[in-house]
Amino acid sequence: MLKLHQPLLVDKAVKVLFWALTFFTLIILFFILGFLLKKGLPVVSWEFLTQPIRDMGKSGGIFPSIIGTIYLTLLGVVLATPLGVGTAIYLVEYTRESRMTRAIRFGADCLAGIPSIIFGMFGFVFFVITLKMGWSLISGALTIAFMVLPTIIRTAEEALKSVPQGYREVSFSLGSGKWQTVLHAVLPRALPGILTGVVLSIGRCVGETAAVIFTAGSALGLPLSIFDSTRTLSVHFYILAREGISMENAYGTAVVLVLSILLINIFAYTLMNRYISKNS
Amino acid sequence: MSKLEVKNLNMHYGDFHVLQSVNMPIAQHEITAMIGPSGCGKSTLLRCFNRMNDLIESAKIQGEILLDEKNILVKETNLIKLRKKVGMVFQRPNPFPLSIYENVSYGPKIHGEGKKRVLLEIVQKALEDVLLWDELKDRLKDSALSLSLEQQQRLTIARLLAVQPEVLLMDEPCSALDPISTQRVEELMFQLKEKYTIVIVTHNMQQAARVSDRTGYMLLGRLVEFDETQKIFTNPKHKETEDYVTGRFG
Repeated sequence: MLKLHQPLLVDKAVKVLFWALTFFTLIILFFILGFLLKKGLPVVSWEFLTQPIRDMGKSGGIFPSIIGTIYLTLLGVVLATPLGVGTAIYLVEYTRESRMTRAIRFGADCLAGIPSIIFGMFGFVFFVITLKMGWSLISGALTIAFMVLPTIIRTAEEALKSVPQGYREVSFSLGSGKWQTVLHAVLPRALPGILTGVVLSIGRCVGETAAVIFTAGSALGLPLSIFDSTRTLSVHFYILAREGISMENAYGTAVVLVLSILLINIFAYTLMNRYISKNS
Repeated sequence: MSKLEVKNLNMHYGDFHVLQSVNMPIAQHEITAMIGPSGCGKSTLLRCFNRMNDLIESAKIQGEILLDEKNILVKETNLIKLRKKVGMVFQRPNPFPLSIYENVSYGPKIHGEGKKRVLLEIVQKALEDVLLWDELKDRLKDSALSLSLEQQQRLTIARLLAVQPEVLLMDEPCSALDPISTQRVEELMFQLKEKYTIVIVTHNMQQAARVSDRTGYMLLGRLVEFDETQKIFTNPKHKETEDYVTGRFG
């Protein structure tokens, strides 16, 4: 029986416990990554990345899916960022804490809790059918924009709140208006935090399947306008695996998907660190 | 003639009566010091002069503050113009995490000055006025946060002078500085009063005695006594003032 009056021993045991938990987490991560790379990496080649999809994905490459994913993600994030950041600025800078701001925040949290497949269904009914946009990049982008909106709002809100009140006071005391203060004194300081939210959103957009399959469709060709249907990497992976078309190509697609999300994150964090170290 | 004149000023934070019937004149080209124990309302009073208390939701204010004989507490007051005229230096040096140049040019840019050449002139003039130009003229692009605390506080004063104010409000401007830096900032204040009207809030009675022409002693929201500094410190009329300046209370 462990004596509780041995703090040093307890400390050691606790340390080992937490080390083991951390180790376990890392093991899972590396197991998944290793498994994917082992199965998928042999498939990935220059041809795989640059060829069109052939025989429903049994052969050929995944070029249209890469392009479709990039378009859809960019479009979605470009739509969601101004909306989300604007809402956050309004909530933090232009209103005082009240029943209304709490209601808006609660609404955003609820939105964040809705499963993506429900967003997909909403997007299908509203954009694809009612607004007659069809299965298209724009339907998909609008849907995922709504899906990531809460993330962008809440991270931007936290980033704005973390800017010391002193900066606002100084700016006002020099005779700035509200917008000048927000633009010149607050936003530059909140930018890294806001970008974190945007990067998280990019990651979610790239990986999203359920919301996209209903709204952007699963066309095999290269999308040439925002009204064309496209099949993103994750949808392509889903179809290849679900319909048993080609497990090898499914793994290859998965590797490209996971590595690109990893690269996006590394790129974004480097950028952010550079920004932060330049400004502090 | 008074630059500023406080007339029967009352202020509440919610139910709390922070300023109680304050009356005082503030003379042009003088340094007026406000002293008193923590929570006596001296900073709150200072923040009335540029209406910074407007940022606080529960603040309610009655009475008049005349700036050049015009009441600034009326609704129609243009806060941007008011704050351009009545600038503020804060307790902790608080430069923006931008370059030295960008800090000083912040105000003029906000007020619409776009020409590089003019901005540089303004920056040079402001830095000269706070005796930083010679030290910093070759490192204007450096981050303001790389400066010492004293330099930072001088910089925030320069940032303020760049918008060409008439009144400088200083809220314990030296409380974060060491004694030698404090002395140098006080010397700077002496020079600045030639051109500006200065109101300083300070915890430090010696500082009030050294730099100011007139001193107000505040206690629990009341202005107990207001007079020439020398009289306040050598021959106060009120017992409460005497207790405070002699160190028996505070």
